[in-house]
Amino acid sequence: MEEKQPTVHLRFFGIDRMLPFLSRYKKELLLMVLLALAGTVTDVCVPVLQRYALNHFIALKTLDTLPVFILLYLGSFVFAGVMNYISCTLATEIEVWLDRDMRNKAFEHLQTLSFSYFNQNSVGYIHARVMSDTAKLGTLFSWSLIEGVWHGAYLVGAVAVMLVINLKLALLMLLILPVVALLFSFFQKRMIKVNRQVREINSRITGNFNEGITGARTIKSLVIEEKIEEDFRKDTAAIRKKSVGSARLRGLFAATTAFASSLALAILLWRGGVIAESDIGTFSLFMSYAQGLMEPLRWLVDVISDLITGQVNIERYTRLLSTQSDVRDTEEVISRYGDSFSPIRENWEPVRGDIELQDVSFRYPDGEETVLEHFSLKIPFGTNLAIVGQTGAGKSSLANLICRFYEPTSGRVLIDGRDARERSQLWLHSAIGCVLQTPHLFSGTVRDNLLYGNPNATEAQIQQAIRMVSAEGVIARLEKGLDTDVGEGGDLLSTGEKQLISFARAILADPKILILDEATASVDTITEQKIQSAIEAVIQNRTSVVIAHRLSTIRNADWILVVENGKICEQGTHTELMAKRGVYYRYYIRQYEDEATGAVLNG
Amino acid sequence: MKEKQQKKQIHKRNRALLFRFLKGSKALYLVSILSAGFTALADMAEPQVIRMAIDNALGGIEAHYAKPVMAVVDALGGFAYLGRHIWIMAAAILIIALLRVFSQYTFRVSNTMASETLVKTMRDQLFSHIERLPYAWHMKNHTGDIIQRCTSDVDTLRNFVSEQLTSVFRIVVLVVLTLSFMLAMNLRLTLISFLPMPVIIGYSLVFHRKVGEGFLACDENEGKLSDMVQENLTGMRVVRAFAAERREKDRFEAQNAYYTGLWVKLAKVLSLYWSSQDVLSGVQGLLVVVFGASFCIRGEMTSGEYVAFLAYNTMLIWPVRMLGRMITEMSKAGVSIGRIAEIMEAPEETDSPGAFEPPLDGDICFEHVSFAYENGPEILHDVSFTMKAGSTLGIIAGTGMGKSTLMLLLDRMMDLPEENGRITIGGVDIRQIKSAWLRKNIGFVMQEPFLFSRTIAENIAIASPSAGQDEVRSASRAACLDEAVSAFSKGYDTFVGERGVTLSGGQKQRAAIARTLLSHTPIMIFDDSLSAVDTETDAKIRAELESRFGTASIILISHRITTLSRADQILVLDNGRISQQGTHEELIHQKGVYRDIYEIQSGLREEAV
Repeated sequence: MEEKQPTVHLRFFGIDRMLPFLSRYKKELLLMVLLALAGTVTDVCVPVLQRYALNHFIALKTLDTLPVFILLYLGSFVFAGVMNYISCTLATEIEVWLDRDMRNKAFEHLQTLSFSYFNQNSVGYIHARVMSDTAKLGTLFSWSLIEGVWHGAYLVGAVAVMLVINLKLALLMLLILPVVALLFSFFQKRMIKVNRQVREINSRITGNFNEGITGARTIKSLVIEEKIEEDFRKDTAAIRKKSVGSARLRGLFAATTAFASSLALAILLWRGGVIAESDIGTFSLFMSYAQGLMEPLRWLVDVISDLITGQVNIERYTRLLSTQSDVRDTEEVISRYGDSFSPIRENWEPVRGDIELQDVSFRYPDGEETVLEHFSLKIPFGTNLAIVGQTGAGKSSLANLICRFYEPTSGRVLIDGRDARERSQLWLHSAIGCVLQTPHLFSGTVRDNLLYGNPNATEAQIQQAIRMVSAEGVIARLEKGLDTDVGEGGDLLSTGEKQLISFARAILADPKILILDEATASVDTITEQKIQSAIEAVIQNRTSVVIAHRLSTIRNADWILVVENGKICEQGTHTELMAKRGVYYRYYIRQYEDEATGAVLNG
Repeated sequence: MKEKQQKKQIHKRNRALLFRFLKGSKALYLVSILSAGFTALADMAEPQVIRMAIDNALGGIEAHYAKPVMAVVDALGGFAYLGRHIWIMAAAILIIALLRVFSQYTFRVSNTMASETLVKTMRDQLFSHIERLPYAWHMKNHTGDIIQRCTSDVDTLRNFVSEQLTSVFRIVVLVVLTLSFMLAMNLRLTLISFLPMPVIIGYSLVFHRKVGEGFLACDENEGKLSDMVQENLTGMRVVRAFAAERREKDRFEAQNAYYTGLWVKLAKVLSLYWSSQDVLSGVQGLLVVVFGASFCIRGEMTSGEYVAFLAYNTMLIWPVRMLGRMITEMSKAGVSIGRIAEIMEAPEETDSPGAFEPPLDGDICFEHVSFAYENGPEILHDVSFTMKAGSTLGIIAGTGMGKSTLMLLLDRMMDLPEENGRITIGGVDIRQIKSAWLRKNIGFVMQEPFLFSRTIAENIAIASPSAGQDEVRSASRAACLDEAVSAFSKGYDTFVGERGVTLSGGQKQRAAIARTLLSHTPIMIFDDSLSAVDTETDAKIRAELESRFGTASIILISHRITTLSRADQILVLDNGRISQQGTHEELIHQKGVYRDIYEIQSGLREEAV
C-alpha cells in the first residue's frame, strides 16, 4: 500500500540538502539553463517576425527583403533547434546522473546500516526511498527546472516585447495574468489532493486483485464470492468517482486557460482594434501573445507545485542518508582495519574461531524485553553449538550477537579472546558463513552464487564443494550446468536445491565460524537425506552455531542451548538435558515423534 | 494464410471484448465525441471573428459570407456599425469563448466518465470472472502473471480509452475542420500548409516505433536495478555474513551505470527528434508566412484572412505532431486487451443441468474414486469408504499421499470425471448438487489458512454476515483464540497484516477455525489445521468441537494419534490407497503403520532416549 504523503516544509524547499549532489553538475546545470534561455528567444521572436511580414511585405506590398527575412526566420528556428537539442540532452543526462549518484549513495549507505534499521523499516519502504524518491528528485532538478526556465523566460520575454511595442495595451492585457495565476494555484492544490486519493484507492484495488487471486480457494470454499465482489465494486466505484473529480479539476484548468486567452483577445480587439487598420502587424503580434501566454503560466504553476511536493522526497531521502548505524566501528578500528568497502587486509589478524560471551545482557533496540541476562558461555574453536526451541522463541538472538549484527546491551562478545569491537565488522564477517532457513540466492548463474562468499575459488574447489553436499545431481539436471541462470531469488530451483547450493556456497567461503538456521519445511526423503549429510559436511572443522530442528543435528552437538519465550532456560549436552526431563526433554520427544511419524508415513 | 486468419480472429475477439466492456458507457462516449466536435468548431470561429473585425468591420472590405453569417451581422447592425462599436465583436469573442469553454469542459468530464465507467466494468467483470474460474485454473496459472494482467494491462487499456481513443478522434475532427476553413479562404495556401504534414506525421510514426525498443530496454534494466535493491534488502544477512558489501556495491553501481548509459543514449535520440520536429514545424510555419504574405501582396488574400490563416496553422501543428505518438501507443493497447481476453475466455465453473440443493446431513460415501491431475500420475486409486452422518472420520497419511486431494474432491474444488467413481452425500452424487450449496454446507479449514486484510472480527464473520459480536467472540473462544486477540491493543478490530501486528501460524489457524465454527455447517473438514497449535490447545479445541457439534460430520486430517483416536472411524492412506481402516482400538491391535505411529507417539518405544 502506498504510504500517506504528509506535506513537509523545509528551509529553501530543501534544495540546500541536495547541494552535495547538484554541485557535481554545476557546469551542466548552468549550461542547460543558459541554452534553454537562448532557445526561448526564438519562441518570443516568432510573433515579431510575423509582425514584420505583415507590416513590411503586406502593408508596403514589397518582397524586397524576403531573402534576409527567410534567412533570419530559418536561422532562428535552426538556432532554437540546436539550443533545444543540447539543453534537452543535458536535462535528461542530469536527470539520470542525479538518479545514479543518489541511488549509489543510498545503496552504499544501506550496506552499512545495522539490522535494527531493517527490522524497523519494511523492504518496500526502503526500496521506495532508493528507487522512487531518487527518480522524483532527478526529474525535479532537471526537467522541472528546464521547464521553469522555458516558461518563465517566455513569459518575461513576451511581456517585455508587448510593453515595448504598446505600453497601454500591454498593461491592459496583463491585468488578467495575476487573477489566472491565483486560480491555477487554487486548482493545483486540490488536484494534488485528489490525485493522491486516486493513487490510494488504486493501490487498494491492486491489493484486492491480489487477495482475490491468492485467496481464490478460500473464497470458493466459504462461498463468499458475492460479498468479496461487492466490496471490490465499492472500490472501483470510488476510484471512478475520484477520477471524474480529478477530470473536473483538469477541465477547469483547461477552461480557465482557454477563457483567459479569449479574454485577452477580446480586450485586444476592443481596445486595440483600431491599431489593426494602421498597424496590422502589431495587432497580430498581440494576438499571438494573447494566445500564447496562458499555457506557460499554467506550466509555471505546475513547476512550483512540483517544488512544493518534492520536499517530501528530499526529506525522506536525506533522512535515510543521515540514519546512523547502531553497530559502528570506531575511528581507530577503521584506520587500522579499514571500513566495509576498503578493508586494510594486511593488518587483519587471522581468525581462529574462538568465541566467548562474557556477562552478556541483550535487549533488541526496538524491543522491550531483555533476551539475555548476564549470560556467559565459552565456545572454543571447533565447537558445535545447537540452539533449540519453539518457532518464534528468539533463537536467532545469540547468532545475531556472535555475528555482531547487534551489540550486547552490556557485557562483551570476545572473538579469539579480544572484544569484537576492537576489530572491524568486515574482519569478523569475512570469517563467518551463513546458511539460512529460507535459502537466499541472488539472481545470476549457479556459479555466481557459489562464488558469492569467495570470488577467487578455483574450478576444482567448486567441484569439490558440490560433491561434499551431494549437489552433483542438481547441477547435472540444469541445462547449462553451473552457468544456468537461477532466476530472481533463485526461483527456478526448488527449495531443497536452493538449500544444497547455499551449503556449497558456505563451504567454498570456508568460514571459521558458521551460522546455520535449519529449515523446517518438508522436502522429499531423498533431498532430506542429502541435506542431512550436507550439514554434517559443512560443520566439520569450524565453530558452528546451529539453530537446529533435526534430531541428528541436535544429538551430535557439543553443547545445546534451549530457548523458551525468548530466554535461555536450559543448557548442557544432550545426555545431561535428557536426564533433566525438563523443557528440552519434552521438546526432543515431540520432535522425535514428529520425525518418526513422518518417516513411517512416508515409507 | 492460416496465420493471417488466426490474427484476424484474435482481432475480432479483442474487439468483441472491448465492445462488451463498452456497455453502459456508449452514451457518454457519444456526448464526449459530440462536445469534442463542438469545441473544434468553436476553435474555428474565433479567428473568423478577428478576420471579420480586421477586414470588414475595420478595414471596410466588402463582405461575402454564408447567408446565416450575414443575417447575424445584419441583425447586429451591419459591419459598418460594428466597426464603430468594436466592443460588440469583442463581446462576440467572449461569447464564443464561453460556449467553447463549456463544451470543452463537457468533453473532458464526459470523456472521463465514459472511460472510467468502461474501466470499472472491465475491472468488475475481470474480478468476478476470476472468482468464478475453477480452482484447477488457479492452480495452473501463475499468481504474479494474473495480477500483472489485472493491474498493468488494465492500466494500459485505461490510458487507451481515456486518452488515445477520443484524442485521435479529436485530432481528426480538428484537422478536417481546419482544412475546410482554410480551404474556404485560400486553396493554394492550404495546400502549402498541408504539404509538410505527411512528413511530420511519418517522421513521428517511424520515430516512435523505433524508439519504443529503446524505452523497452530502459524499462527492463530499470527493473533489474530495482530487483537488485530488493534482493539486497531481503538478503542483507547473507550479504553481511559473507562480507560482500563491496561486491554488492560494485555490482549495483555497474548495473546503475549501464542503465544510466542507456538513458543517455536514448536522450540524444529523443532530443534530436524533438528539436528536429521543432525545426520542421518552423519551416512549415515559414512557408505559410512567406507565401501568405506574397498572396496578400498580389491581392489574392486579405490581411484579415492572413491573420486568421496563421492562427489556424498554429492550432494545427501540435495535434499533428501528437498523432504519431498516439498511433504507436494504440498498438500497445492491442497487446494488453489480448492478454486480458485470455483470462476472460477461460470457462467459468458451472453446475450440471438440473443441479439442486438437497439437505446435506446424510452419509458421505466415496465409491471407487480414482483421480489424477491434468498431465500428472494417478494420485488416488480406487478409494471407497462410507462415513455415517454425524460421525467423526480421522485420516492419516504422509505428504503427497492424496489426503488433500480427497478433500478437494469432496468440496468440488476439483471435479471428479464421470468414469472415475463417485462421491455421494445422503445418496446424492455431488455432481448433481449445486457447487455453491455444497461448499456452503462444508466448513473447510486448511493447513495454511488464508486470512483477508480486514479486521479479525470481520475475518471470523466473513461467511456469516448476520453474526453479532457475541457470536463472533463465542466462536473465537471455542477456537481458543479469544485470549490472544484480547491481548492486542485493538482487540477484534486489529487489522490482519497491519504493521507491527503479525498473527502467528497457530493464531491464523485458530482464526480460520473460528470462521468455520461460526458458519454452523453440517460437514466440517480440518485439513491438518491444528498442526501449528500446541497439544493442549489442540485437545481443548477438539473437546469444544465434540460438545458443540454432536450432529455434524467431522473429518480430521492429522499426524497426531491424540487428535485422531476419538474418531468413529480412521483411514490410513498410503500412496493413494486405503491401507488400513477402523477405530482406534481396532487399529492399535493390527500390525501396520497406525500401530507403529501409536507406539512412537505414546512413548512406547525406547529408541527416542
